[in-house]
Amino acid sequence: MRRLTTIFLLSAIAVACAGTGNDRGPVTITLMAHDSFADAVTEETFADFTAETGHTVEVLAAGDAGAMVNQAILTVDNPLADVMFGVDDTFLTRAVEAGIFEPFTASGLGTVPETLRASDDSVTPIDFGDVCLNYDKAAFSDELPPPSGLDDLIDPAYGGMLVVEDPTISSPGLAFLLATIALFGDEGWQPYWIGLEQNGALVAPGWTEAYYGEFSGGAGEGDRPLVVSYASSPPAEVIFSETPLDEAPTGVITDGCYRQVEFAGILAGTANPGPAGQLIDFMLSTPFQESIPLTWFVFPANAEAALPLEFVEHTVIPPKPVQMDPATIEANRQSWLEQWSDIFR
Amino acid sequence: MKARSRPAGTALALGLPVLFLGYFFLYPLIRILWLSLSGEGWTDAFTRPRFIEAAWFTLWQASLSTVLTVVAALPLTWVVSRFNFRGKALVRAFVTVPFVLPTVVVGAAFLSVFDAGLWALIAAHVFYNVAVVVRTVGGVWSRIDPTMEDAAAVLGASPIRRFRMIVLPLIRPALASASAIVFLFCFTSFGTVLVLGQGRLRTLEVEIYQQAVNFLDLPVAAALSLIQLATVTAMLVVSARTQKRASALTLASETRLPGPRPGGQRRSAWAILTVSLGLLAVPLIGLVGASLAGRGVGWRSLLTDTPSAVDPLPAIANSLGYAIVASLIAVVVGGLAASWLSDHGAGGWFDLLLMLPLGTSAVTIGFGFLLALDRPIDLRGTAALVPLAHALVAIPFVVRATLPLLRSIKRELREAAAVLGASPARVWREIDLPIVTRALAVGAGFAAVVSLGEFGATSFVVRPASTTVPALIFRYLGRPGSSNFATAMALAVVLAAMTAIIVLLIDRVRGAETGMF
Repeated sequence: MRRLTTIFLLSAIAVACAGTGNDRGPVTITLMAHDSFADAVTEETFADFTAETGHTVEVLAAGDAGAMVNQAILTVDNPLADVMFGVDDTFLTRAVEAGIFEPFTASGLGTVPETLRASDDSVTPIDFGDVCLNYDKAAFSDELPPPSGLDDLIDPAYGGMLVVEDPTISSPGLAFLLATIALFGDEGWQPYWIGLEQNGALVAPGWTEAYYGEFSGGAGEGDRPLVVSYASSPPAEVIFSETPLDEAPTGVITDGCYRQVEFAGILAGTANPGPAGQLIDFMLSTPFQESIPLTWFVFPANAEAALPLEFVEHTVIPPKPVQMDPATIEANRQSWLEQWSDIFR
Repeated sequence: MKARSRPAGTALALGLPVLFLGYFFLYPLIRILWLSLSGEGWTDAFTRPRFIEAAWFTLWQASLSTVLTVVAALPLTWVVSRFNFRGKALVRAFVTVPFVLPTVVVGAAFLSVFDAGLWALIAAHVFYNVAVVVRTVGGVWSRIDPTMEDAAAVLGASPIRRFRMIVLPLIRPALASASAIVFLFCFTSFGTVLVLGQGRLRTLEVEIYQQAVNFLDLPVAAALSLIQLATVTAMLVVSARTQKRASALTLASETRLPGPRPGGQRRSAWAILTVSLGLLAVPLIGLVGASLAGRGVGWRSLLTDTPSAVDPLPAIANSLGYAIVASLIAVVVGGLAASWLSDHGAGGWFDLLLMLPLGTSAVTIGFGFLLALDRPIDLRGTAALVPLAHALVAIPFVVRATLPLLRSIKRELREAAAVLGASPARVWREIDLPIVTRALAVGAGFAAVVSLGEFGATSFVVRPASTTVPALIFRYLGRPGSSNFATAMALAVVLAAMTAIIVLLIDRVRGAETGMF
């Protein structure tokens, strides 16, 4: 009987801790994130969170998004962190099916538009980015206007102008491939890519090589005026220009953009579910969300967060971006990529 | 004989490296392979044309790269190891710089000279690895007694004959060592293949990455890792045979080097220096040029706050810290291993175990760490993992760089000293230590340089988000905007300068302790 009481008391305490998270005092929460997020974290990033809750945040860098998700799946029995940030639609289904997340509903979820939310209730959208064609404004004029959409890219008038990223290893490359699959359908996307190949499209391994090595606009040192990049690239060109600019040297083609949403979730088995939830709430709060664009060059998921001036002036948020169901991506990714490789070898 | 006189030392020299590699390499490797191969579908990796093609391509590009690296590096090795001239220390440091440059940086430089494709890839491999040959082989070559060659010359032997009959037999073990390392590097090449192959060249390493990370098809990734391990093992066994054939000639413990003789010798030495350094300099000059673009905006933003408030100083401190810890580990483990090998002969299973990490896929090791290193202490996600991963890559360098020197310790000298009443400790201090110090300095230098530039293996392990210099370069390159590109290039120049300074310092320590070198 005494033992039963003890067990009861212990579990009551455990529930209490899990419920409020503050009962055990300040803890250190480990946040596992992909390198591009982790690399931009400074001491200030989570200073407000620590001031508000007392908890400190330690960030673990885990490679790219795919490597991160796979590491979390391999360690599902003994998780590496309390919270994971940066899983996107392309890997979401795999992560959820492997059971790496604990159910959680963020208090600020109401600020996030429906289109950004996942069908699964365990992850919280934090930001989104649109993968869009960028063009070099100097290369186009009234005689040859920039392409109006993906269809134009197989027009010989735009022959030899495009550089894309290898979708088998690059995240924007995969997003662009998914956009073509969504727009041209199961029957149409392969002929379209054969058309791109015949029209002289070049495949670079990653975004860096494509943008800096082959693209002619902005900071690019190459000679191709069309590149697969992000809707946030033109403001970045202005902010990081060598000489002050009034106007971005590059533009965004808003047709055929693919929207990538990045989510955060509590890792199952964490010892600190309460503080972990507080961290996700903090990441969705308006002050943190407003710091997202200039730190990570993506857009805040919270619709109440104001955009910085550079983003308002130099880019547009595509009105009708392509999105694809994570489960469809999961079911077809490998065969799509292998079919793509057969075209582009 | 010696093995019996110092049983405790021998046990340590064998035991510590075996424990280290067993726990941090073999155990994680076995865990991940075991997990993966208990799944289904891995057998078809051996028959799919795509993978067979990748395996074949990996093998022959690595062989070709190795041969061309040796051919390109030998003349330069001759000049820096046979002659004394002003600025030699600078030349040796300069040669090492390419070794740490991130693949993206080197790739961009080569793409401005070559069209993407096979030849650009091979040229980049040569560019990266010349340092391995110059430093590993040079360490031995500089200690060949020149009077042997002089005598042969007086007797009418042509330069080619003198090289073949005197120099080659003496440097052969070091040459085989260096070739093995270069081969492993090219065999597991990842970033360079992606940048310069533009999706059309695929090595096993690229396939393993894609299967493991993009598809989480661990069974197939593991099968490909097995193919990689088998090939690497076969090559290492062949290489070990070459290293075993020891020469009857012996090395001088110290040699006073002359300047090149006026006339033909001086002319060819200068020609070789000019051409070799010129070729190595082209990509580096391009790099410095790119860092200065926009009237130095890259350097300014390095020194002042950028909008995202990135401070390069902590990154530099982190990189140096990891390099110091990694080279300490690598020097202790690799030095002990090399001393055991010098007594018991190289080329056995132990030697193979030491080299294997260099030829194993970084993804495989990284995923293995996750499964294996959570107990007794959970090392996953701690800062310790980074220097440990670096040390695994650096140990083969330490072993390869120190072994030829340790082997050259003359047994007769030791025995004579013992006969004259010197205690074993004194024999060690007076005879072994000077050479050991020099050997370890070479090894430490390489380990530090490997650690500074390493980006592959550590990008597959979870680690604290304390940025290193290569990571910071990638971060700047990951954003549009011309000042970001210039800042990345400026940081690459900083990395190159750090490397050169470390190598210069180590060469200086070595010079002070052992007289002229």
